[in-house]
Amino acid sequence: MAFEGLTERLQKAMEKLRRKPKVTEADLRETMREIRLALLEADVNFAVVKDFVKKVREQAAGTEVLKGLNPAQQIVKIVNDQLTELMGEEAVPLNKAAHIPTVIMMVGLQGAGKTTTAGKLALRLKNENHARPLFIAADVYRPAAIPQLQQVAAQIDVPVFEKGTDEDPVEIVRQGMEVAKQNHNDYVIIDTAGRLQIDEQLMDELANIKELVHPDEILLVIDAMTGQNAVNTAQGFDDKLDITGVVLTKLDGDTRGGAAMSIRAVTGKPIKFVGEGEKMEDLDVFHPDRMASRILGMGDMMTLIEKA
Amino acid sequence: AKSRTGFGARLNRFLANFRHVDEDFFDDLEDMLIESDVGYDMAMKLSDELREEVKLENAKSKQEVSNVIIEKMVDLYDAAGKDEKADLNMAATGPTVIMFVGVNGAGKTTTIGKMAALFKKQGKKVLLAAADTFRAGATEQLDVWAKRDGVDIVTGPENGDPAAVVFDAVQKAKKEDYDILFVDTAGRLQNKVNLMKELAKMKRILTREIPDAPHEVLLVLDATTGQNALNQAKLFKQSTDVTGIVLTKLDGTARGGIVLAIRNELHLPVKYVGLGEHVDDLQKFDASDFVYGLFKGLVDVD
Ligand SMILES: Nc1nc2c(ncn2[C@@H]2O[C@H](COP(=O)(O)OP(=O)(O)OP(=O)(O)O)[C@@H](O)[C@H]2O)c(=O)[nH]1
Ligand SMILES: Nc1nc2c(ncn2[C@@H]2O[C@H](COP(=O)(O)OP(=O)(O)OP(=O)(O)O)[C@@H](O)[C@H]2O)c(=O)[nH]1
Ligand SMILES: [Mg+2]
Ligand SMILES: [Mg+2]
Repeated sequence: MAFEGLTERLQKAMEKLRRKPKVTEADLRETMREIRLALLEADVNFAVVKDFVKKVREQAAGTEVLKGLNPAQQIVKIVNDQLTELMGEEAVPLNKAAHIPTVIMMVGLQGAGKTTTAGKLALRLKNENHARPLFIAADVYRPAAIPQLQQVAAQIDVPVFEKGTDEDPVEIVRQGMEVAKQNHNDYVIIDTAGRLQIDEQLMDELANIKELVHPDEILLVIDAMTGQNAVNTAQGFDDKLDITGVVLTKLDGDTRGGAAMSIRAVTGKPIKFVGEGEKMEDLDVFHPDRMASRILGMGDMMTLIEKA
Repeated sequence: AKSRTGFGARLNRFLANFRHVDEDFFDDLEDMLIESDVGYDMAMKLSDELREEVKLENAKSKQEVSNVIIEKMVDLYDAAGKDEKADLNMAATGPTVIMFVGVNGAGKTTTIGKMAALFKKQGKKVLLAAADTFRAGATEQLDVWAKRDGVDIVTGPENGDPAAVVFDAVQKAKKEDYDILFVDTAGRLQNKVNLMKELAKMKRILTREIPDAPHEVLLVLDATTGQNALNQAKLFKQSTDVTGIVLTKLDGTARGGIVLAIRNELHLPVKYVGLGEHVDDLQKFDASDFVYGLFKGLVDVD
């Protein structure tokens, strides 16, 4: 498959730009097209791409060529800077409640990685903060969701509050919070069932849980392989729940992960963590610069700038 | 109240804004196609072909442009779909073996649960093999489906060798005259070489025990996946000779356009689609219905 990164694309476009003292209108148009195509190929939402390219173009047309950089290098630098800025600040930490317990609620589409990520977060909190978390098993729909959470929890030695699958999830959460208070758990992580953002009934259920416990974190878990749909998902969950952050999973694959850019652009919410495997240790904080390079398909931006 | 905008509606919207063919037109066309997830390469191919038509003066008016787009898409779809079989390949005698592969969380286990119910209803004797011994709760999940469907299941110990489960299941299927065996495997990302080898090993065991088996290797793809779907199809095909696709979670997106891309680039037929989490949310995929559906709503065309 022709999976050209921006590097290759721009290098081609730059052959022409090289040694030119000034970028002409036609040059700029062609270069912008390459940027546009590279982002689309990486699954960035088309509307997000449109905005982004417009911004880069305005900047490119407006800026004086920096000393020591030729026009092509200049454009690459603008793209990289803009994208890194869009991806947000480095490592935004988890919110913490003034009084224990800090409540974290995991939400997202079916199969995104909520339950696995709940486990990874709990392990991280244990290791870094000596935390004593409690899981609340609020997925009563997916077959064997509770045994799954229990097995995850057993691996990292964290207790699970569960009431089987016949109880209403909001009621389960209410009871779970009582138990957490009694046991002085400093963190509560609520595992919810996967759902579509267009499923009003199930989205209302999440809103009801939110209203009951006022979570300190509502983390939207999104599969990094998601295509154009990522904006709809992110927008849908954010509109309903005002999420506090995002976890991007399955980044250990070969996806370019353009969804990250789409999500940032439509919600403005920070991507806090990335999932990089199935094991409990496979969670990393989010690095915007790495994500920017990944989306653009650039191994090393500086090398490219030097070569241009 | 599921709001969905189909391809037809998008194409209509696009054409409504049509003034004349210029560079912006091609940008907008590409955006529209990509928005429909027809895949990046498909979008570029279609737009390049349209450029040619425009050069040949065959597409200048709105009506002509619209006709060319539809014609090209149908052509691409037909060409890609030649000689393919939409039905499941069944064993002439003995058990039919269907193996499910795919990335994590795509919907393999759920699809088996749905499909087993389908065959059970047809009076078939169905066996499930829980060869995902790795993911937490995976065996329990398949077991819930087996009980719901009233079918039998072979399981192994947690973190045990999945190939051993496959072996036990295929033995049992042969000995006890099951009509059909569904093999559930652990989700894995296609770039994990060792995990892909493990899959190939399971497949070899099936073939060793029943020479024609597996009769189908179905790649389960999440319809909300973007360009990576093509990498998935390509690499799973390499390691396990995938014979068809199950496209899941189509209830969450109207962007079935990826079907076009997969057919066009990988020549893999979509055999079933998943439309929800319930047992009856599985439908056989009808290619011509799908194409018709794509263009449905194009009222001011034709
Ligand atoms: N490779 C990889 N697999 C992951 C990652 N995170 C989760 N998974 C896998 O993805 C699949 C789905 O994960 P779950 O945690 O069950 O997802 P979920 O969102 O809880 O799913 P539902 O409860 O069914 O909505 C499992 O096979 C996980 O092992 C990741 O970062 N990398
Ligand atoms: N909305 C919707 N959800 C689905 C569909 N098919 C499966 N799911 C859900 O997606 C999630 C993951 O499905 P599984 O069947 O566990 O996926 P899997 O491929 O077996 O996952 P792993 O074994 O972890 O790799 C579950 O919550 C399912 O209920 C579908 O067609 N539509
Ligand atoms: Mg879960
Ligand atoms: Mg499974």
